[in-house]
Amino acid sequence: MKILVCVSNVPDTTTKITFTDNNTQFNTNGVQFILNPYDEIALARAIELTDGGKGTVTVINVGDASTEATIRKALAIGATDAVRVNAKPHDAWYVAHQIAQYVKANPFDLILTGRESIDYNGSKVAGMLGELLDIPSVSIIKKLDAGDSEATVEREIEGGKEVLTIPYPFVAGAAEGVAEPKIPNMRGIMSARTKPLAVIEPTEVKTFSEIVSYETPAPRGQVKLVAADDTAKLVELLHAEARVI
Amino acid sequence: MSVLIYAENAGGKFKKSIFEAISYARAIADQNNTSLTAVSIGNVDAAELALLGKYGADKVLNVSGDKLKDFVNQAYASIIAEAAKKEGSAVVVLSNTFSGRGLAPRVGVKLEAGVADGVVALPVQEGGSFKVKKTAFSGKAFAIVELTSAIKVIALVPNSYKVVETGGTAQVEDFSVESKASDFKAMIKEIVRSSDKVSLPDAEIVVSGGRGLKGPENWGMIEELASLLGAATACSKPVSDAGWRPHSEHVGQTGIAVSPNLYIAVGISGAIQHLAGVSSSKVIVVINKDPEAPFFKVADYGIVGDAFEVLPKLIAAVKEYKASA
Repeated sequence: MKILVCVSNVPDTTTKITFTDNNTQFNTNGVQFILNPYDEIALARAIELTDGGKGTVTVINVGDASTEATIRKALAIGATDAVRVNAKPHDAWYVAHQIAQYVKANPFDLILTGRESIDYNGSKVAGMLGELLDIPSVSIIKKLDAGDSEATVEREIEGGKEVLTIPYPFVAGAAEGVAEPKIPNMRGIMSARTKPLAVIEPTEVKTFSEIVSYETPAPRGQVKLVAADDTAKLVELLHAEARVI
Repeated sequence: MSVLIYAENAGGKFKKSIFEAISYARAIADQNNTSLTAVSIGNVDAAELALLGKYGADKVLNVSGDKLKDFVNQAYASIIAEAAKKEGSAVVVLSNTFSGRGLAPRVGVKLEAGVADGVVALPVQEGGSFKVKKTAFSGKAFAIVELTSAIKVIALVPNSYKVVETGGTAQVEDFSVESKASDFKAMIKEIVRSSDKVSLPDAEIVVSGGRGLKGPENWGMIEELASLLGAATACSKPVSDAGWRPHSEHVGQTGIAVSPNLYIAVGISGAIQHLAGVSSSKVIVVINKDPEAPFFKVADYGIVGDAFEVLPKLIAAVKEYKASA
């Protein structure tokens, strides 16, 4: 089985988010970038599914040279090879078109993404890829079992779950539960240095969206403390003051 | 132009998040002095369809049929895109539900439309520009995104826009689209609904537990409080990692982001990743025995105390309040 895992390079989850240039640019100063946590889950499942020579796992990233450390981490975790589309990702439309272009020339049985990226919280690339390649897509999966000609996946729905069977090829966005992220071992780290990382140039694609500025949430007021033995007071505040119950 | 809203149903019924999305779409239609069409897919009865008019739809395109009884991503996306073309819609609104998030990008590609998901406010339209505010960095910030395509697709976060009853009526029209066989490749084998529980992403109240609860055997208190308040239950990452609760309840940066009216956190210290997923809650209550817990810095109300002492008292107080209400 040939699996493609789409990965993004995102700020570490502990990053304090600030902006510069009158709130128009994300301040990357001192920010550590990591492999998107959901993409790590997708990658871990891809490696499990191809374990023991049952296939290959290619990772693809749309990004400039600064993302190579993240791509090498994916290789250290166990991906077979990697592709970097040499462009700053503009929006999901742009990223999906670059990846679709690559997949049209290099078909895969299964394409995995994370359910969303933790920077712009978009969950659009999986669906856009599905549409561009005219194959099924499932945006958020909780489980993935691979059979010979089709896979069984569990999809989250409001207040429950749905079990689906999908013939290959298809695209799925992995969420927690699909696999436990893997930590690279020393052998993986050493071998990642020599694994193939192809750099390809982007194709021209229209962009349909642009981030023009950022806002930070309004600061919350001081916490109002209630005595531990006066829970009735809390209920009264939630009813009469906050009006939420 | 017109505005189109996809009115997603769950088992033939529309949920509050859809009435929010219709109210939101109605406001965009009013901004542009145009009409609002709702498209409903699946077998929804006439009385339920009439509700779409009550919240602002002028017209309802009703698509039914056994093949479309349950959610089929590709086929539904084709129908929504065709409905938008038929109506000449310049803006297509969906709810940012699990299904909506899968549909929006497919609809966007079909219509060559820019897509903004995670949207939390009405668009600002000035001098031909169209800007929407969306969540970014898992709630640590918002991004203002300008959509520059002719058609725009927006997915609205549940609980971020108020429901407005217009009391209008909609004209219901049957609509059908020739579906491709390839649209039905993904087959639904089973749907498991936990009908007794409130769905987490669109819950108005969430009661959440952390490691302070000490073990899964103590979750009865969280569930009892949630049940009294009509709330969904949730947990912090260490709790789902430990297998005390399912991953689907994990709230935070790498779990589900929620924006309820009331978020009650019990025994959760408030790591930056957890706060990121809950910070857009309107009111936050924190119960923790550590007065230095970072969660108190973002809470509106707090009780410094042991969960095992405070929760039973809080449950009793809520019961008393309910009895007197």
